Amino acid sequence: MFLTFLTFLPLIGAMGLALIPKEKEETIKQVAVAVAAADFLLSLQLYAGFDMTTHLMQFEYNIAWIPAFGTNYHVGIDGISLLLYIMTTFLTLICIIASWNVKKRIKEYMIAMLALSTGMLGVFIALDMFLFYVFWEFQLVPMYLLIGIWGGPRRIYAAIKFFLYTAVGSLLMLVAIIWMYFEVQQQTGILTTDLMYITENLNIGLDAQKWLFLAFFLAFAIKVPMFPFHTWLPDAHVEAPTAGSVILAGVLLKMGTYGFLRFNLPLFPFASNVFMDYIAWMAIIGIVYGALVAMVQEDLKKLVAYSSVSHLGFVMLGIFAFNHYGLQGALLQNINHGISTSALFLLVGMIYDRRHTRLIKEFGGLAKILPIYTICFMIITLSSIGLPGTNGFVGEFLVLLGIFQANGTMAMVATSGVIFAACYMLWMFQRVMFLKLDNPENEKLEDMNSRELLTMVPLIILVFWIGFYPKPFMKTFEPTVAHLMTRVSPDNFRPKKHDDSNEHHAAAVDKHEKGSSHSEKPKAENHH
Amino acid sequence: MLNLACLVPIFPLIGSIINGFFGLRIGKNAVGMVACGSVALSFLTVLLMFASLLFTPAEERMFEQVLFTWMAAGDFSVDFGFQIDPLSMVMMLVVTGVGFLIHVYSIGYMHEEYSYYRYFAYLNLFMFSMLLLVMGNNFLVMFIGWEGVGVCSYFLIGYYFEKKSACDAGVKAFVVNRVGDFAFLLAIMYIFNIFGTIDFSDVMHMAPEKLIFGAEPVTIITLLLFIGATGKSAQIPLYTWLPDAMEGPTPVSALIHAATMVTAGVYMVVRCSVLFEMAPLIMLTVAFIGGATALMAATIGMTQYDIKRVLAYSTVSQIGYMFLACGVGAYTAAIFHLVTHAFFKACLFLGSGSVIHGIHGEQDMRKMGGLKEHQPITYITFLISTFAIAGIFPLSGFFSKDEILYHALMDGNIILWGMGATGALLTAFYMFRLVFMTFWGESRVDPHVHPHESPKVMTLPLMILAGLATVGGLLGIPLVHGWHALHNWLEPVLHFDLAATLEHSRHMLHAQGEHPASWAHLLIETEHNVWVEIALMLLSLGIAITGIVGAYFCYVKNPDLPGKFIKGQWGYELVKNKYGVDELYDATIVKPTVVGSFFLWKTADQKGIDGGVNAVANVIGWFSVQARVFQSGFVRNYALFMVMGFLVLLILMF
Repeated sequence: MFLTFLTFLPLIGAMGLALIPKEKEETIKQVAVAVAAADFLLSLQLYAGFDMTTHLMQFEYNIAWIPAFGTNYHVGIDGISLLLYIMTTFLTLICIIASWNVKKRIKEYMIAMLALSTGMLGVFIALDMFLFYVFWEFQLVPMYLLIGIWGGPRRIYAAIKFFLYTAVGSLLMLVAIIWMYFEVQQQTGILTTDLMYITENLNIGLDAQKWLFLAFFLAFAIKVPMFPFHTWLPDAHVEAPTAGSVILAGVLLKMGTYGFLRFNLPLFPFASNVFMDYIAWMAIIGIVYGALVAMVQEDLKKLVAYSSVSHLGFVMLGIFAFNHYGLQGALLQNINHGISTSALFLLVGMIYDRRHTRLIKEFGGLAKILPIYTICFMIITLSSIGLPGTNGFVGEFLVLLGIFQANGTMAMVATSGVIFAACYMLWMFQRVMFLKLDNPENEKLEDMNSRELLTMVPLIILVFWIGFYPKPFMKTFEPTVAHLMTRVSPDNFRPKKHDDSNEHHAAAVDKHEKGSSHSEKPKAENHH
Repeated sequence: MLNLACLVPIFPLIGSIINGFFGLRIGKNAVGMVACGSVALSFLTVLLMFASLLFTPAEERMFEQVLFTWMAAGDFSVDFGFQIDPLSMVMMLVVTGVGFLIHVYSIGYMHEEYSYYRYFAYLNLFMFSMLLLVMGNNFLVMFIGWEGVGVCSYFLIGYYFEKKSACDAGVKAFVVNRVGDFAFLLAIMYIFNIFGTIDFSDVMHMAPEKLIFGAEPVTIITLLLFIGATGKSAQIPLYTWLPDAMEGPTPVSALIHAATMVTAGVYMVVRCSVLFEMAPLIMLTVAFIGGATALMAATIGMTQYDIKRVLAYSTVSQIGYMFLACGVGAYTAAIFHLVTHAFFKACLFLGSGSVIHGIHGEQDMRKMGGLKEHQPITYITFLISTFAIAGIFPLSGFFSKDEILYHALMDGNIILWGMGATGALLTAFYMFRLVFMTFWGESRVDPHVHPHESPKVMTLPLMILAGLATVGGLLGIPLVHGWHALHNWLEPVLHFDLAATLEHSRHMLHAQGEHPASWAHLLIETEHNVWVEIALMLLSLGIAITGIVGAYFCYVKNPDLPGKFIKGQWGYELVKNKYGVDELYDATIVKPTVVGSFFLWKTADQKGIDGGVNAVANVIGWFSVQARVFQSGFVRNYALFMVMGFLVLLILMF
């Protein structure tokens, strides 16, 4: 019940806001902050009460919703979703504080933000496929409005592109969900859309697994976004208001990677292994491609957007390394990207508020007049580069370590991403912050105010906290990752003559006997 | 006493935080006090630890302090811990000792700067990172320091951030270093893949059992490690960043780009000496790269006119010597030269800083001359260090360089020795060219500038460093084995049993059904030959004196001679332009990357992928427009369609 309360608290708050007359802007903002802060603080309770020794769902709540279809309201949280959930409430709060100066339709804006929060939170806790789909589509609407109403000059184009891209992707997912709904009814006689039940009990043949995998893959790969499904992202980011960009990068993209971990891997372990190499290579292309394209961008937000493509490539690569290091790294990198990139968008937003431009060539020499801003920007830049001692390194290293176990060549190409990351971030930093202050319009800029610092300092603390002591974060993943590994480890699908496969995988091997007896064996390379 | 280890890096970190956040408020004097004080505390702590290590029996001189588990995933676990052994102790002493002197010097040198606090915050942060680098007990803690010093170097090179050349140099340094780091990272991952741990002591302990001598894994690992080292230590092919790094303030060049950071690669190779010993092919590569770098950088050093650039190429060259030593297995000699080089090169850089300070920022040696009257202390200390680097008895450089050359000949081959000896000749020549052009002869200084000696706070460190450069050779007295203090000190760390390793490798190969080649020749010990050593010493002393006399002849006796000689020589132009390597990298790597990225963005991304997406939308839109014709709103049209549809159905049915 607690989880449900937390999830719907922002929506209740949004309804409350609707009752306040729109002239009372201060009250509206205060109420919005209060709701978001309450939601965040209460969500910390989830961490406190979280049992880190089990992979099972916690804070679970399951009641019948539409009994005629077997659809339940089933929510719960495990190691994969816990931190994403808390990060969502956290970023919502930060975004609301960061949106203090929104002038246009502040009431509707705050309502959209809070409604968006509920939608996103719902995605991370839904354990019923139908419920998941509802939340998945629901959060599109406020985001669409945020871009379409409070966005930049090409906001309509960007908003529609964002909406259609995601919607098209999720249609095939809906088809797949319906297919599984009927399949599970045939196999077990039970009418249900419960994800946990289906994951445990549905036996899907290899061919079907492949098709279903691809259907889900498209939905999530667009959301991540993986190369080559990424072109909606730069447009959406550039046109979205600052808070929109932060939420987009910090949370919405994570829904894609979350989807892979919640659906694709557990439901279709065999197909996952079959497609492993292809997806890993796509992720690697994304890493390098995103970095190269980011290097030559002229607009700060576009640069950050393409860097997201690169960073999310690391996350996907970690997931499809199919081992402990990779998965843990991917989960952590998910959080890291949420922190670093959100902070970058906030910083870009601050400078945009002052100068109403984001073109790199308009700036230069800001370090001289904005010392605090420069320090913050520098720290976040280094975190984005993945400097050891900041959060970015821990995640990236584990991902690379993971993929190295799977395939040395892949690791080599992916690791080259660290060189390019240094290029595009430092070059951008130099052109914005260093050199001579020669644009007269920049001379009178004011440094960060205390409200802006308030949004930035927590993120910076997290950067170093995760960089030097990631244990409190990483230990939440451990049992869930271990459990996921028993399902998808490539060892399960190797020909039997490999006697080195661990014993606890034996059960899983039997379970997927049907799949692995097919003529097409997955190729799992192993360098020892 | 040894469990004070964690304090050593913490002091500078605290100093950095205080200066970084409150530096502007507490005033310049306090900033200087905090910065120097924190490093002094580190140095004192290191001295205490050194004393306690000294009183520990030699074989027990290994202490690990684990602070906490840094990251863990599955069976992968890395501790945040320190390792104190004779090798890291040497480095800690050098880093904190020389670092402290340079901090003090900086108070004087940077006094006019507005962002004084920023400078010291970076410098302290550098000390923190560098100490992590040398103290880490596993590859990843070392890597924090490794990248940390890179970032501080980036900050400090770009300290004068309004200068475009300074910013570019900073980015270049960082990116080139990252190329090396890329290889280093891969090496770490490979090491974990094989050993299941990345702890130094565990890896070095297990290496002879897990790896096969000269086989592919160890060769690849050491190659990757060495590429990492070439990035940080400015060796071929990744040396190009170091000369540009001279854009930073001169004390930074002394601390980071001469005494400490750039020698990190040498330290890393020595730290992993067990692995390198097992990869003879890579050892040879290390030796040749080191020798070639020593020679090549020395030739460029002869042609430069910027006083700091000469010293920068000299640094590249001297580090080449250290790698040459590593490559022939003379790790003690490498560390020995690292230490003496830290003394005399820091002194030289600080001396050049004093010169630049004294003539208001001029760095071109063609606009110097005759400064020895105006800057006597700077001149004397500079001269001592120049004698040291040239290898004149009994200064420190003489001992360390000779040890390297001796091992290059005895454990390596005559080509390696020849590279080193030629390099020594050139070193003596270009260093005295520098001295003569700067301090001797007629003054060519701008007449409006009145050269003056630097304040005490700057000359005192110079004197101490010159003193160290003089007596540093006592660490490794040659000829008599037992007198080599540094060798005895490092012995427990560098101990490597080749015979047992080969035996083990042979067993492993047999187990795999393969027959190893004969390794018998590797086990032949080269006898320590005192007479050869003495002969080589005399020879290299002769070489050094030849170089000095040559420089005297060219730059004091006949100052016009070099100008006539080099006129129209394409070879000279080539060397002066640094063999065009920068241009080559620019044309083959940088330009294509940028152009390619533009292509990816404008053509592949916007036209290709996004064009495709929009085309799909447009096609659907086009069909919709066509379909709109049918939705005209006229009832008669709908009726017509109904009739037509009905007819079609009828036809189809029958």
